[in-house]
Amino acid sequence: MALITTDICIIGSGPVGLFAVFEAGLLKMRCHLIDVLSQVGGQLSEIYPQKPIYDIPGFPRINAQQLVDGLMEQIAPFKPTFSLGERVEQLRQLDDSSFLIQTNNSTEVRCKAVVIAGGLGCFEPRKPAIHRLEDFEGKGVAYMIKNPETYRNAKVVLSGGGDSALDWTIFLADISSEVTLVHRGDTFRGSPDSAEKVFSLAKQGRINLVLQSHITGIQGNGHLQKVIVVGRDNEESHIEADHFIPLYGLTPKLGPIADWGLNINHSAIEVNTFDYSTNVPGIFAIGDINTYPGKLKLILCGFHEAALMAQSAFKYVYPEQKLSFKYTTVYGVSAF
Amino acid sequence: MITLTIEDRNGHREPVEIPEDINLSLMEVLKAADHHILATCGGMALCATCHVQVLEGPEQYFHPSDVELDLLDTLPDAGPDSRLACQLRIKEDMNGMVFRIRGEE
Repeated sequence: MALITTDICIIGSGPVGLFAVFEAGLLKMRCHLIDVLSQVGGQLSEIYPQKPIYDIPGFPRINAQQLVDGLMEQIAPFKPTFSLGERVEQLRQLDDSSFLIQTNNSTEVRCKAVVIAGGLGCFEPRKPAIHRLEDFEGKGVAYMIKNPETYRNAKVVLSGGGDSALDWTIFLADISSEVTLVHRGDTFRGSPDSAEKVFSLAKQGRINLVLQSHITGIQGNGHLQKVIVVGRDNEESHIEADHFIPLYGLTPKLGPIADWGLNINHSAIEVNTFDYSTNVPGIFAIGDINTYPGKLKLILCGFHEAALMAQSAFKYVYPEQKLSFKYTTVYGVSAF
Repeated sequence: MITLTIEDRNGHREPVEIPEDINLSLMEVLKAADHHILATCGGMALCATCHVQVLEGPEQYFHPSDVELDLLDTLPDAGPDSRLACQLRIKEDMNGMVFRIRGEE
């Protein structure tokens, strides 16, 4: 287990999280960043690295990855540290008002202020709207396959039409006693090779392929026993199942942050626009993850929010000191 | 003026009036009209929280684009008339169309 002590822990290393390091650094506050992705840059690096952005002041056009690279260069003097590929799980306030943050990788970060710059949030499996689905989680229902051995010699029903549904159907065909793939369409948009393999396995009778159908219910007594399927003719049928694995891609959610006692409005964190503080003293939220009247989800707005946040975070890091505002043009950037 | 009819998750229908020259997506119009959609990703076709169903309208609006299909195909509740509101630019020939909001609240 690693214990990191810093002034500010920033959750999310997208452009706004990165720029927060700069604003904090100007006020002599050190930062540690945690991101569930294995690289910095958030959406910009992960989703659209080569897309041009046109509304960054001073840059008529800049590619997303160039902006991230520029931010990394800009914050380098302040020597930020990173825990990448880790997801924040718990936040606890200690007796001295400092915070202790824990990740899923058992990294612990002790800090005086927390800045949530989580953008869209964490991508989590999308759950279908099936009555009592959550009652069977861990009792036959799973949204991802962690240990394939769980499914050896078992009756498994998968649903979905993407690559992961196809790939796992092919894999489980070899180890499970019965594999059924239920898909709402009659074609697959996943890899053509995988789709062809699935059709071929169905032809050989090694899997059951149920097309143009939906799973509408699940039944069991303590553990999953069967799923209910409605087909194109609206006829209902049952499939016996030890396991049901809905594979409907990922959707952004707040994740564990939603359980920290913060005021949440439509999956966004409510903040005071004076300093982008949340209702919990010492915790701030900046960038796409916050909400307030007039909120615009723009990188440049996130930069502004980072600047104001740092002014207020200062009082948590240096409660005895008086903050004096300084221009970089006058004082430059003093590296740590 | 372009008039659309929006059916909410409870089946309640309400008209939305949009000036012809507005350069907005249906998702932006729905948000501006205070319809309850999350639109978490802000129009990048990533989250599907602006999923709508086309109930009435010209034939071409019933067919999702490739980028939409990539995401719609992963949804448990999408149908052949499903669209992502963020990918639908408001145009004059949409006048009279009827949409049902489907994305999660």
